[in-house]
Amino acid sequence: MEFRKKMGHVLAAALSVSVMATAAAAEIRIGVLLSTTGPNASIGIPYNNMLTVVPDTFGGESFRLIHLNDASDPSTSVRNARKVINEDKVDIIIGGSSSPAALAIAEVAEETQTPFLALSAVNQQVKGMDWVFVVPHAVDTMLTPVVNDMKAEGVTRVGYIGYSDAWGDIVLGAFQAITEGTGISVVAEERFARADTSVAGQVLKLVAARPDAVLVGASGVAAALPNVTLVERGFKGPIFHTHATIIPEFLRVGGAKVEGAIAPSGPFVVGEQLPEDHPLKATAAAAAALYEAAFGAGSKNAFAGYSYDAFVLAATAAVKAAETAEPGTGAYRAAVRAAIENSGDEVIGATAIYAMTPEDHTGVDERSVVLVQVTDGAFKLKP
Amino acid sequence: MDFGIFTFLLQDGLNSAAIYCLMAIAIILVFTTTRVLFVAQGDFLVLGALTLSQLQLGRVPGTVWILAGLALLAFAMEGAQALRERSRRRALRAVLFCLLVPALVGGGVAWFSGKELGLAIDILATIALVGPIGPLLYRIAFQPLADKSILVLMVVATAVHFVIISLSLIFFGAEGWRTPALTDAQFALGPVLISGQVIAIIVTSLLLIVVLFLFFSNSVYGKSLIATASNRVGARLMGISTAQSGMLSFAMASAIGCVSGILIGSITTIYYDTGLVLTLKGLIAAVFGGLASFPAAAAGAVILGLIESYSAFFASAYKEIILFSLLIPLLMWRFVLAGHQDLEEEA
Repeated sequence: MEFRKKMGHVLAAALSVSVMATAAAAEIRIGVLLSTTGPNASIGIPYNNMLTVVPDTFGGESFRLIHLNDASDPSTSVRNARKVINEDKVDIIIGGSSSPAALAIAEVAEETQTPFLALSAVNQQVKGMDWVFVVPHAVDTMLTPVVNDMKAEGVTRVGYIGYSDAWGDIVLGAFQAITEGTGISVVAEERFARADTSVAGQVLKLVAARPDAVLVGASGVAAALPNVTLVERGFKGPIFHTHATIIPEFLRVGGAKVEGAIAPSGPFVVGEQLPEDHPLKATAAAAAALYEAAFGAGSKNAFAGYSYDAFVLAATAAVKAAETAEPGTGAYRAAVRAAIENSGDEVIGATAIYAMTPEDHTGVDERSVVLVQVTDGAFKLKP
Repeated sequence: MDFGIFTFLLQDGLNSAAIYCLMAIAIILVFTTTRVLFVAQGDFLVLGALTLSQLQLGRVPGTVWILAGLALLAFAMEGAQALRERSRRRALRAVLFCLLVPALVGGGVAWFSGKELGLAIDILATIALVGPIGPLLYRIAFQPLADKSILVLMVVATAVHFVIISLSLIFFGAEGWRTPALTDAQFALGPVLISGQVIAIIVTSLLLIVVLFLFFSNSVYGKSLIATASNRVGARLMGISTAQSGMLSFAMASAIGCVSGILIGSITTIYYDTGLVLTLKGLIAAVFGGLASFPAAAAGAVILGLIESYSAFFASAYKEIILFSLLIPLLMWRFVLAGHQDLEEEA
């Protein structure tokens, strides 16, 4: 009896050692550094949710994702980045739910030579960095179809209301750069804060400038307040938003008063409405099914699409790099980087087609942007 | 700026002012009776608005669990003290107030949610859920430290604030909520339309000021609160329970916060972390009233609301800067007015 018990222990120990050994050899580790609490949680949680349900094997390799929450504090992002690199020996990092967090992690990624897929549109700020790639569409890529739509509608006078922070400046700057020389001009510029309980004053001034259309440079649910107030003040022109507004909660909070609002988006959120021959139709459906199976029907959102794509980009490159180097080594990380930035054969994600090059670490063009309009309380592909 | 815009901004400003006024009243009430600078006051507003929004959707609000957790914690503390004192009365009270009442309220709401009983019942349920959170918080976090300095109490209040917003994030999610409008009534006043909701908010805060004034000047409880505020030891010698005064003022604070949440929940979007900004603005108004006078604080709230409304129109990018910069000259002015009187004199 005693002997058998001992034998059992030895067997169990041997078995677990061998399991650990095989796992360690093949496993590719990805650090996921996001904000699931604090002010950026509304973005960080959907990003993170998707990365909890992505498959753990891809292209024959097995993956382990290590999730750390930075509580919306960029200095914690830095600590988390160093922790996953030094202690968990990750090969790739995905994360940065806000621009400050993404830039903070980018510094560590450059220093430690770890490929980093940023989930914030920090395209301008990370130009020249070798190890940093940006997954979301650049703001000007997103706004170009908006400006085209304005041109088609004969809009020349645009009123702008945006956050009194970096996002408000980025959207306005990109919009003015694109519209330069097109005859479209910004006739009023108003600002508000996410936590404001009223934007009545700003909207009054906006309406007084008699714009043909209004562009709202806000994000998520907070973008509903200026839209609702504009409608209540009797503004009849089209109201445009940015891609940061495409979440179901915007519809829930805005109700009938955001009907008709127009926004650019990655195709993921309207995947089922895409024409059959659209290159992203199949991948968008697959990613949406994955997300909604875990978080409920109708729960898919733009953020989940981006973090899915970050995983696809990372995993595709990791599989390719595994042919030449061993995961967990510096040579492997260099091979991953080379594979990502030479994805000339175009990685097809759920919300964009990525063709990255050593010069272009975003690789997304206007093929991956659609315009959506709130119709009957839902985001519908704008014809 | 024409007359229409002027009056519209006036209405918008008074609307914000009413909410800041309710915040300021509760902050002053709590501060004068317990010396706690209660920075979590705005979180009661958030809990009120979010709880109502959940009830309207027919869901069991997370507030039920917050209430249950706090009640159990308070029961453990009260029970332990009752055992130590071998006091049967205290034990009975603990069972009644920390177990039976919260269980009835929480269980009742959980049972009736989803039965679509109408807005009025939902509002009552919201007040019944959020109201007891104030006194329970006082029992758990502040009563054991009631004699400590103002600074200690404020640090504890800050900690309480972070606990509440973290719980709100877990139970209500990171996105904002709106409740359905209480009334769709509108009144034409010259060129401007005034919504019934705005009138309800302003009338409620005026009413509360009057009620509080009468409460403090005429009722025994009000007088005992004032007595506790001016001299804790003296009040205790007169047979006033300072612990009960503290709980009473926290109950009033959470009820006022909850009511203001119900009032503004339908005219703006409330997030789990909206509370702090509102508390800070209420605090400016309260400081205007020297953390003592309700009418002066109300005047401060009106000035604040109007400045905010008009500066949003003229220079929206600098609105918050203008608003919070006011605090500095305000404090200097109060300091001179008070003749270098130290708030900490009693501690």
